[in-house]
Amino acid sequence: MFSWDLLANALVAGVLLGGFYAAVSLGVSLIFGLLDIANIAQPAFVILGSYTAYVLNNAYGVDAILTGILLTPVFFVVGAIVYRVYYGSFERRGDESLRGLVFFFGILFIVEVCLSLKFGVDYRLVQAPYIGKSLDLGGGVGVAYRLLVPCLVGVAMTAVLYLFLGRSFYGRAIMAVSQDGVALRLMGADPIHIKTIAFGIGIAAASLAGALLVTIAPVVPSTDRDYIGRMFAITVLGGMGSILGTLVAAIVLGIVESLMATFFGPSWSLAVSFGILLVVLAVRPAGLFGR
Amino acid sequence: MTAMARTLAVGVAVIAVGVLVAYARVNPYLYFAGYVILQYVVIATAWNILGGYAGYVNFGTPAFFALGAYTAVCLILTVRAPLPVLIVAGGLVSALLGLGIGYLTLRLRGVFFSIATLALAVVLQTVIINWEFVGGSRGLSVIRPAGPPFGSYVTFLFTVMLALAVVAVITARFIERSWIGRGLAALRDDEDAAECMGVPTLRLKLFATTVSGFLLGVAGAPFPYYVTFVEPNSAFALDYAVNALAMPMIGGTTSWIGPVLGAVLLGSAQQLATVTISSEMNLFIVGVVLVAFVVLAPEGILGLTRRLRRR
Repeated sequence: MFSWDLLANALVAGVLLGGFYAAVSLGVSLIFGLLDIANIAQPAFVILGSYTAYVLNNAYGVDAILTGILLTPVFFVVGAIVYRVYYGSFERRGDESLRGLVFFFGILFIVEVCLSLKFGVDYRLVQAPYIGKSLDLGGGVGVAYRLLVPCLVGVAMTAVLYLFLGRSFYGRAIMAVSQDGVALRLMGADPIHIKTIAFGIGIAAASLAGALLVTIAPVVPSTDRDYIGRMFAITVLGGMGSILGTLVAAIVLGIVESLMATFFGPSWSLAVSFGILLVVLAVRPAGLFGR
Repeated sequence: MTAMARTLAVGVAVIAVGVLVAYARVNPYLYFAGYVILQYVVIATAWNILGGYAGYVNFGTPAFFALGAYTAVCLILTVRAPLPVLIVAGGLVSALLGLGIGYLTLRLRGVFFSIATLALAVVLQTVIINWEFVGGSRGLSVIRPAGPPFGSYVTFLFTVMLALAVVAVITARFIERSWIGRGLAALRDDEDAAECMGVPTLRLKLFATTVSGFLLGVAGAPFPYYVTFVEPNSAFALDYAVNALAMPMIGGTTSWIGPVLGAVLLGSAQQLATVTISSEMNLFIVGVVLVAFVVLAPEGILGLTRRLRRR
């Protein structure tokens, strides 16, 4: 009962899903990969982005992705504040690993509970003209726009972040702070300032990623848990802090999950990312494009 | 040895008081709530053996707890095993999982270990969801055995959990005061330095993960009889993961009394909030208290009192 159509569809859907996963993982790639801050609250910020997009879409009919882009400055400021608190309470004292982790876990939990207090546990979705339509590629393979648009936005985000890190002054400063904070200070730049900016950008990316998430499928407050594993699996598989590696790893994960969902049932697809994470951590912690 | 004997005597006395309380037949809800608080004493103490003493943060508490619960479900469905067998079996299966994650620490330290434990919980939950025999995602009703040794079944479970809590706390206290506790503290502060000084870090870590896993499984084993309806979402609830680390963090992670203090305070507060406000609200309180404590009082209540005494 093997069908080539099914395989082709699963592969296409997997690649599209991968582009979206890249968007979700960029924040972790930046914050965890480059800054070495174990921000496990990132998925909570993504869901927060989904809900802000939902609220504006529901009340004023603003396009979800447009909302995601418009709200990036707000998320940037939130991220900068979170980093300052984190820095003042943990990094400066030098006990960031254990308590910092607990701190972010607490934030994740608080955001999730606040959302379920406010919105309940009903599924929320957004409206857009392209949702529900699909592009026929011929040969029985179709591409749903609700997957295609987030994928393209995800790839564009990756490209922008890649260029930003490689070409701009602040981008290079972020790369530098990830390598050697002391050396950066000797060059006359303030590592804390640079890290604040990088953390803010990571959280700002969550705003847009959240909008993409709610475009692809309806969300509930607890959706964030599904993404913790994916984000970290992608970041580790791609090689800590490698932006292009993030995209490649995201597409790999997207394809594997999609194949799993098609041939074994969707309830197994969640275990894939965690399985990959465990295997990569055990076998090759440096990832595909590791430093 | 007298210190040990005294500890055991205190433990037996606590259990005896618990039996008396069970005979007192006050409002049945109090036993119901008391069970949950005592269950959190076991969970927090078990988490602290690994997280507090050895410094490995385990986010996968629900995996161990649920493994204990589902082992019990399996044994109930197949052979209708009695409660003591369920508890020991649940503990042993979770201890095996603990041993497994102990070997993971060879490659994974710090953050990576924590993420791996989180991953473990999700993988295990997926397996249970897809396993029809234990109810899959729909869940499964469990019928309590007739005729508990005394009182109603809930008061009986209350005393059982009290006994388990006493065992867990005595175990933690014993570990803390022995060379094992000192070795774990050494590897918590600097694993490489400890290894160089001849501390058998791997054996100690394996011991800590196994004991911690065992106690978490033990806490989960009576769960099917307590709720009488087991389904993956309640057995794998994120609440266990958050409470397991919030309670020791609030009480203080360096001593056995910390998790007990945290579990009793936070557990009672949650029970109160659930009754008076809402169950969502009680989770909100846990999150806020947790973040407030790690930011403002990283040593927990024990650290606060120590600082006050020094003044």
